Parts: sequence; structure tokens; C-alpha cells
Amino acid sequence: MESTDIKRPENIVYRKPALITDTTMHYCPGCSHGTVHKLIAEVIDEMGIQDRTVGISPVGCSVFAYNYIDIDWQEAAHGRAPALATAVKRLCPDKFVFTYQGDGDLASIGAAEIIHACSRGENIVVIFINNGIYGMTGGQMAPTTLLGMKTSTTPYGRDAKLNGFPLKITEMLAELDGTAFITRQAVHTPAAVRKAKNAIRKGFEYSSRNIGLSFIEIVSTCNSGWKLSPVEANRWMVENMFAKYPLGDIKDVLKEDAGK
Amino acid sequence: MAEKILLKGNEAIAISAIRNGVDGFFGYPITPQSEVMETLMKEKPWETTGMVVLQAESEVASINMVYGGACCGKKVMTSSSSPGISLMSEGISYIAGAELPCVVVDVMRGGPGLGTIQPSQSDYSQSVKGGGHGDYHCIVIAPASAQDMYDFVDWGFELAFKYRNPVIILADGIIGQLMEKVEIHPVKPRRTDAEILAVAPWATTGKPAGRERNIITSLSLEANTQEAFNRKLLAKYDAIRENEVKFSEYLTEDAEYIFVAFGCSSRICEAATDMLREEGIRAGVLRPITLYPFPEKEIARLASKVKSMMSIELNLGQMVEDVRLAVNGRCPVGFYGRQGGNVYTPEEIADAFRKFNNLK
Amino acid sequence: MAFKGTIEIDIQRCKGCSVCIENCPNKCIRLSRKVNGKGYRYAELANDDCIGCAGCAVVCPDSVITVYRVKI
Repeated sequence: MESTDIKRPENIVYRKPALITDTTMHYCPGCSHGTVHKLIAEVIDEMGIQDRTVGISPVGCSVFAYNYIDIDWQEAAHGRAPALATAVKRLCPDKFVFTYQGDGDLASIGAAEIIHACSRGENIVVIFINNGIYGMTGGQMAPTTLLGMKTSTTPYGRDAKLNGFPLKITEMLAELDGTAFITRQAVHTPAAVRKAKNAIRKGFEYSSRNIGLSFIEIVSTCNSGWKLSPVEANRWMVENMFAKYPLGDIKDVLKEDAGK
Repeated sequence: MAEKILLKGNEAIAISAIRNGVDGFFGYPITPQSEVMETLMKEKPWETTGMVVLQAESEVASINMVYGGACCGKKVMTSSSSPGISLMSEGISYIAGAELPCVVVDVMRGGPGLGTIQPSQSDYSQSVKGGGHGDYHCIVIAPASAQDMYDFVDWGFELAFKYRNPVIILADGIIGQLMEKVEIHPVKPRRTDAEILAVAPWATTGKPAGRERNIITSLSLEANTQEAFNRKLLAKYDAIRENEVKFSEYLTEDAEYIFVAFGCSSRICEAATDMLREEGIRAGVLRPITLYPFPEKEIARLASKVKSMMSIELNLGQMVEDVRLAVNGRCPVGFYGRQGGNVYTPEEIADAFRKFNNLK
Repeated sequence: MAFKGTIEIDIQRCKGCSVCIENCPNKCIRLSRKVNGKGYRYAELANDDCIGCAGCAVVCPDSVITVYRVKI
């Protein structure tokens, strides 16, 4: 069978999600952001909640997320997305509200906002992109930068004495009573992508059940900041990032309840 | 006859918010305005009107909650006092940059830094000239009574939605703490979703099929786009200056001398005016009710016919700069102020007035 | 049961990151010798071994790959 015979609409098994716009993403080649955007777009489309979803984009590389997913968006100040999301969800409780934040935005300047949104048990979804670096500003140290990792502000590698330790904020947040679902995923292989999508879907579903905040960390690459090719960056992530930031569910209150 | 109740200025803000259909209040405790949120929590409006009241983790968070709520076309507000407003300045700049309506109450205390908890008017420049980064203006309205505190909430939202612009109610510790009779108006219900859609078609509450997605942002990386936006803001500010100036006058018709004062100072100046009038000195008071837009035309008109003007403020002399600009050399302009939470008496103002004008 | 597949690549949106190439179980994607309008060597089908598993499209950050599959 020739490939021209196969290329018929009825044979399509995968295509650009309907809610991903035609705008070419400004992200570097191979950047994980695009893959995660796609998963969010698919989940919103599959749940049929486009008309009830509000996204909050951060400051950082994903500041332009609003150009790529066809939903209503609010662009927050650096680190403040959980505060906006809190108000949106409380004022419009029937909406699905999610923030999309990088490690600098969420774990550094916005640490107070995310901790208190989690502690209050806001019924929102937080997508946390952890690539251990500030991408947009040119590759500076982030709170999640690994020890020894070179960035433009740790040119000799992160030194605990000088720069402090990498922050495992996801584990911290799991300790808070207001969180319902906390997981850490990645998007470097088809299997990882499918798991990450299931996690995002679960987060959105939980957010409508008034059981607290769902937090999905995606360990990601920043190949430009890491100064690696996209494929090498994925390998470096598996070998180095996963050791400090292991993948898997950290907390799921519904599963815990079921076990009792 | 309209119902009158005894309220503190801060309580009047809270009661007015509930009765005027405000959708959300997000605050953080700070003296001398904590009664605003305390009153709201005591009244539990979420059980009656459905109004959301939330104590945030900081002023930074509370203004960003206001930002999020405003993005949804809701009537949302916060209140704070001077140091808290400094923390909110980033958020206010974003709200101005995203052209969103909201009301921020500043019950001023003495500064700089932690300063004092006593009344002051030292945030005039911060409120009127910007406060946060970038070219923007808030509409600034200055209450002088508990009744004003009540009335200005509704008026503030009217202006905020008319111009899609943040409005600051610039009060001070005296106005926040004093207790007066307040006339209560009929209840205004909260807007329905359909009403919000009508007044705020830009609101981000979910994209239905058949409309483009709404995006609220203050980001623009392209210089020409940003410049065009800045000029759009300028046109808005010009319209505000043209249409919204509000002031009140006390015995200015035959006055030879004018006090310019806002908020609590205007009331003290009225008492000083009465004292001077008894001595045969024809003084009067111009009270700017809107500080931005500033009543520059009226000040210029009065300046052409009086012997002098004096700006009386609880600070080192902030509004006096705008008075001088408006007077533009038409008459001498003096200043008298107290700081640190101290408040002048009418006698003190009358003495400063005589000294400045070489009378007696 | 066996599958036969093929892919269609939106050449102008492809950035040549090669993550699809790395994730193709049958090694049937390669980078083109030509470049697109943005100067990227784009992904293209290299042979006839595609089974339409969609792994390439699933990991593609720029959603440029459409996957077709039939049973044979």
C-alpha cells in the first residue's frame, strides 16, 4: 500500500490538537513547553471545557502561552499566578482554572503565592515546568538548579555554600493539607507523554470536585540554557534531573481515602 | 426618609461594598484600616449577596487576586495603608497596563518606611503621580467623611468600569477611624453573568464557540505596539481630565485668600476659614475631591482673582506642586503641613496663614 | 494484526529538533537536506517502515506531525 493511499482523513490517528492555534511557537527547538501545551489543549478539548476554562500564564518563557492554546487567558505578574487563579476560581466556582508556571516563577519569586494557594486548598490546577534554569532571561540559576550545574550566574557550577541547595518544592507542597493531587512527570518519550497527559486530566477532574489543589510538575529540558542539543538534553535530564526529581505520584487524596 | 446609621469610615467602606454589589474583596491586615476586612468578615456577605471575602497572605497576593478577579469583569477591591500600598504598586501597574477596573482604598498613615500608624496624607504623590512603574495614572478620589467613604465605593466602581482603570480611594487615618452618621442607599444587587458580559465583553471567563479568545495582558515586546498603547492610555487620561474633575468650595465666591486642601485637611481648613472670617479676613476653601484628575482649571480661575493661595497638607508639601502648576504665577502660593501623624488645629492653620500673608 | 502508517509533516512549522527521530521505533524519520523558511532542516520520512504508532507526533513539541494508520 502506498503512503498516498493511507493519507486519508479517515486514517488519521494523531494530529495537531484542535485547541492549539496555528501560531508558530516562539520556543527553542525541542523545548518541553510545546509538548505540555499540547497536552493541556488535548485535555481541555477532550473534557469539552473550553468555554469554562481560564488559563493564567506566568512571566518567563511561557509568558506567551496565551498565543498557543485557544482559551481565555490572563497574564500574571512574575510569580503571582496562583493569586489570580485563587480569585478567579472563588469568584467563578464553575470554571476550570489553571496556572502554568516555570521554576523561577513558582519556586522563587512566587514561593509565597503557591504555598498559600496550596495551603488554602484552592480548587485549581497548577502546571509546574521544572527545567532547573531561567530560560527567558538567558539561562540563570533557578531555585531548582542542580548542584554542580553550570548556568550564567553559576558559571563554575552551583555550589551549595555559595548558592544554597536545589529546592524540592513539590515534595514541600505535598505536606500541605490543602493539596489533593501532587505528581511529577516528564514528556521526553511517548510513554512519559501519555502518563503526563493522564496526570493533567486527573488534575482538571479533581479541580471540579472541590477536594483541593492539583499540582503537576513536569521535569523538562531547556536545551538552549543547558547548551545541549534537544536530544542530548533529554538524555541529560534522564541521567541527572530524575535522580534529584524522581518521577511518579507523590500524593493522591482519593487513592489514599480508597485505601482506608 | 433614607436610613442613617453610625459608622466608622473604614466600616462604611465595608458596608458600602456589600450594599453596592461588589463581587470580591481581597485584603491583608494593616493599621489603620483593618476594620474594613474585619467588618466584612463579621457581616458574612457570602451568605447574602454571594460576595467573596478573602484574607490573602500578603498585600502582593491581595492586589493580584484583585487583578485576577478584575480580569473576569467582576467588581473587586482591596484596602490597605501606605506600606501595603507600596507592596501593591507592582500589581496596580499591571492592572493599569491591562486596562482593568478595580478599587483600591488607601487609608494613609505616616511614612516613609514603617513610619507611624497615625493619620497622614503623604501618599499623595505615590497615588497621583503613579507609584508603580511605567506611564500610567490611577483615578484618585479623596473622601473627607464617613459618608464619602460610603459613597465613593460605588462612584469608584462607576469610574473604574467607565474607563477600565484602577481607582484609588485616598483616605487617611482620621477619615478611616472617625465615626459619623452615614446615609444608607438602597441595595444594588451584584451583576449577573449576562450583565457582566454586557459591561465587560473583554472578560476572561471561558471562551464560548463563536468568539475569539480573550487575552488580558500588559505585555508587548514590539516598540510601536507599545507606543500606540501608551498613546491610547494618554487619550483615556485626557478624557478623564476633561470629564471627571470634581471639587467642592467653601466661601470662595467673595474670597481674597484660598486654602487648597483635600480629605480631613479640607474640614480643618473650613474651621480655620470660619475663624479668619470672624476677624474680617475673607478666606475660602477649595477642596479637590478628585486628586487625579486635579481641578487645575478651577484653581487657575480662582488664582486670577485672589491675593494668595495656601496648600494645607499632612505631609512635607506634595499637592502644593500641582497647585503651583495650576496657579502658574497668577498669585503667590504658600504651604503649611504637619507630619509624622501629627494633625494641625484650625488655630495653627490660621497662624500659618497670617504669617504667610504678612497679616498682623 | 499488522499496521501500516505514514506521517505528514508541517515543514514550515518544524524546527528540526529531532526528538521525533530519537523516539521512532522503526527509525523511519530523518532530517532533510533542505531547510525551511526559518532555516531549519526539517523532519521527513526516511523509508517505508512507518507503522503509524504516533510516537513521533506525541513527543513533537510543535505539533507538526499528522499520523495516518491502516490495518493490513
